[in-house]
Amino acid sequence: MPATCDFTLAELMIVAAAEAWRGNGEVIASGLGVIPRLGASLAKLSHSPELLMTDSEAFLVEEPLPLGPRGEHVARYSGYMSFERVFECVWGGRRHAMIGPTQIDRWGQTNLSCVGDYHKPKTAILGVRGLPGNSINHINSFFVPSHNTRVFVSGEVDMVSGVGFKAERWPEGVRRDLMDIRQVITDLCTLDFDGPQRAVQVRTLHPGVSFDEVQDKTGFPLLTSAHLRETAHPTAEQLALIRRLDPHDLRAAAIKGNPPGIRAA
Amino acid sequence: MNKQLTAADAVAQLRDGMTIGFGGWGPRRKPMALVREILRSPLKDLTVVAYGGPEVGMLCAAGKVRKLVFGFATLDAIPLEPYYRKAREAGELELMELDEGMFQWGLRAAGMRLPFLPTRCGLATDVTRLNPSLKTVRSPYDDGEVLLAMPALNLDVAFLHVNVADRLGNCLVTGPDPYFDHLFARAATQCFVSCERLEERLELDAEQARFNTFERYLVSGVVHAPLGAHPTSCPSDYGWDLEHLKHYVASSQQENGWDTYVQTYVAGGEQAYQTHNGGAVRMGALPLPVF
Repeated sequence: MPATCDFTLAELMIVAAAEAWRGNGEVIASGLGVIPRLGASLAKLSHSPELLMTDSEAFLVEEPLPLGPRGEHVARYSGYMSFERVFECVWGGRRHAMIGPTQIDRWGQTNLSCVGDYHKPKTAILGVRGLPGNSINHINSFFVPSHNTRVFVSGEVDMVSGVGFKAERWPEGVRRDLMDIRQVITDLCTLDFDGPQRAVQVRTLHPGVSFDEVQDKTGFPLLTSAHLRETAHPTAEQLALIRRLDPHDLRAAAIKGNPPGIRAA
Repeated sequence: MNKQLTAADAVAQLRDGMTIGFGGWGPRRKPMALVREILRSPLKDLTVVAYGGPEVGMLCAAGKVRKLVFGFATLDAIPLEPYYRKAREAGELELMELDEGMFQWGLRAAGMRLPFLPTRCGLATDVTRLNPSLKTVRSPYDDGEVLLAMPALNLDVAFLHVNVADRLGNCLVTGPDPYFDHLFARAATQCFVSCERLEERLELDAEQARFNTFERYLVSGVVHAPLGAHPTSCPSDYGWDLEHLKHYVASSQQENGWDTYVQTYVAGGEQAYQTHNGGAVRMGALPLPVF
């Protein structure tokens, strides 16, 4: 790629998100929110056509649907996936979801319920939704649009909605082998839980971001992956697919200020 | 046999302290005409069981809710339910916060007259810590796995909204997703259904009959309530009313906002409700959301 290739941070993150679904086999790829959904769609249209996707309502599609009003585009369905069937899929483990939790801790535990004391919270959010079930039954990845210490908290998340790798949380006799956490895509970097004893490590840094900056904005100590490198830049082909999948440019509003993919020096 | 009754007749059968389930999902196909009738009643101390949308917020705002059994409360296009949030942050509610999957599992157990059903959902999270009434069981087979025993969510009454019903209680849900209304119907001692269109007796071809998702013996009463899901969506008939929902959210930030909302939209009955929302033609033509 020529060095002049122009792309936004959101587009860089979409390409990074797409990598999470590489090599997963025939599973439902659920990306919740603009960037995760575009990431899943890009994965299916490029390196992982075996993925299954829905129209974000009740039907399976083989051609990922563009976001927003569809104009002349008529959706073609390949099957049915009501909420009831989503639970059957989740409990059978054939799904990889990427969601944006309000808090994430060093053990990969996530919170979508409330911030502060549970019984009189500072902020009530959505509720645990499907996190307890998703997190214990299938692969999950996370998306963080603004990397800071309010998201990556120093202790445990305020309300453990999704399970993680903290051994004390797991009662004896409960199966832990059905869950996994793969990647965390943030506006600064990508993280994984592949360090010693599933410790968090930085796997890629976005162009112009230093490890020290990421550490400063994270509430717990980070390791660096043995393969630490810069996050891959989108190719012209990937950018063309992203534009096709997001004709109304909803991705421009996904990251505050819609900054460029390569930071101004 | 004629199960037709008015919304007021249905709500008159409720008692303080009852456990009431509401069908639908978030801002989708909620029995809002029945909810507004509850808002007009003196009922209190209810245990509300729902995949929560605006019905949860409104019942909280009106002080009707003692306990909430839920997995979330959201307006979807507007992520946070404003009055749920207020009640929650005031520490007013007794809670049973459940994973979405556990929730339908509990309804299913109730419908099958079982004390519980096993699941892995909720283990190793605060759902079990914060709900000490939830117990585990060990598999009696060689694997010996420890599982969560999701207790039956038995309902005194379920309220549902469907597209079509007849006077016998036969119902059709014509939207793409039936949600979990069938499980609410099975979990309840009594089930009242409001409908967009009421017919004397359904006489369907095989394709239409597949939109029937539960049996009429589960239905205690049928209320004819056109546009009765508004401001939530009623696929395949109409979409949610984002304008109304924004107005509802804004009211939560205004002084006496809830009282004003009630005076404008609830106190005057359903006919006045339609007038205040631009009339039946506008409401029935609200476009279905595109995701």
